[in-house]
Amino acid sequence: MKLITHNMLTSKCLKGVVTGYPLAINATDIKVKEVDFNPEFISRVIPKLDWEVLWVAADSIGHSDGLPRSLENKYDENEEFLKKAHKVLLEVEVEEGHLTCPESGRQFPISKGIPNMLLNEAEVQ
Amino acid sequence: MSKRPEHQAPPEVFYNDEEARKYTQNSRIIEIQGQMTERCLELLLLPEDSSCLLLDIGCGSGLSGTVLEENGHMWIGMDISSSMLDVAVERDTEGGLVLADMGEGVPFRAGCFDGAVSVSAIQWLFNADKKTHNPVKRLNKFFTTLYSSLSRSARAVFQFYPENEKQLELLTTQAMKAGFYGGVVIDYPNSAKAKKFFLVLMTGGVGPLPQALGTEEPDSLQVKYAKREATKGIRGKPIKNSKDWILEKKERRRKQGKITKPDTKYTGRKRSGRF
Ligand SMILES: C[S@@+](CC[C@H](N)C(=O)[O-])C[C@H]1O[C@@H](n2cnc3c(N)ncnc32)[C@H](O)[C@@H]1O
Repeated sequence: MKLITHNMLTSKCLKGVVTGYPLAINATDIKVKEVDFNPEFISRVIPKLDWEVLWVAADSIGHSDGLPRSLENKYDENEEFLKKAHKVLLEVEVEEGHLTCPESGRQFPISKGIPNMLLNEAEVQ
Repeated sequence: MSKRPEHQAPPEVFYNDEEARKYTQNSRIIEIQGQMTERCLELLLLPEDSSCLLLDIGCGSGLSGTVLEENGHMWIGMDISSSMLDVAVERDTEGGLVLADMGEGVPFRAGCFDGAVSVSAIQWLFNADKKTHNPVKRLNKFFTTLYSSLSRSARAVFQFYPENEKQLELLTTQAMKAGFYGGVVIDYPNSAKAKKFFLVLMTGGVGPLPQALGTEEPDSLQVKYAKREATKGIRGKPIKNSKDWILEKKERRRKQGKITKPDTKYTGRKRSGRF
């Protein structure tokens, strides 16, 4: 699971859960996989992110080094920053572990890099 | 038995490890899924020359995702089959992958996607694979949560294989209820082979539906068109008990040498109820 996915993912489909965000990450295996750097995409996607959630997530899996806690002005002109954001958003992958819903405590396993958000019948709204 | 995969088994069972591999290695499938994804992108009308964040619904092994990447976009895909997603990982696709059932809702934050595509997947929502499955409810859940996950003025385009006109109607009705507007674009409506259905949904702004390919029809609201076409049935066969259907049936009987009443202007008409 990439952190861009984590930044967008919620457990709000669970019955009784309102926002289900952010999901806490518990990682037992992390990998870094190279992805082509596209600065234009990174600058465009940053306003859509919850930056604080990204920083906390990166920090919780040991990848917040050099990542500013809050966004600077004109970050889109700072190539070094965009590269760092690129790496954290797209290259770092949580391979194994689980996510935890902040409201219900329900855990969602992450296996082979894929979070399993499937619900059982009683959990569907 | 029907050839439709949806009639054979639930999607997560049908797309098992073996089927996922076969599907993804088939060069004809690769080509067709690729072409249909290109067409979905065209219908999405994304801002020119910009890299967008797209949701791929029923992303499978990432054949559609690869085309999104080639066009410079980043994608997050959701699929109910872990076998298909495993193949996507093996293929080194760049998208983010999530194992999820679209009928349970789209599990993403409000406003996060610039658009959504879905290639050959939503027809699965017409099935009730479990006792608790109610297709109308699942469609409703799907469309309402999809609507909220899209940014304002974003679109969602679905290529899909409807079985009949009722499904087309159910799909568009549920989408409109969720707040979308739009309709179905039918490319090459007169060709049995090339005919393709695209549900084009918009969240905001007012724009006409795009023109379908392979038709002179100037009126681009293809939903209406679909209705007219549908007297022919989706597979090109006339609808049962329609005039065309009766005429064809009589013709077959004549060829078989059976006694058949002559065709008149009354053939296939409803009785008026008067004597
Ligand atoms: C024909 S494949 C298309 C895959 C990919 N879009 C492509 O173009 O190659 C259909 C996909 O829809 C997925 N699917 C079916 N029902 C689904 C559901 N309820 N939720 C999520 N995915 C579903 C299947 O698992 C399968 O991977």
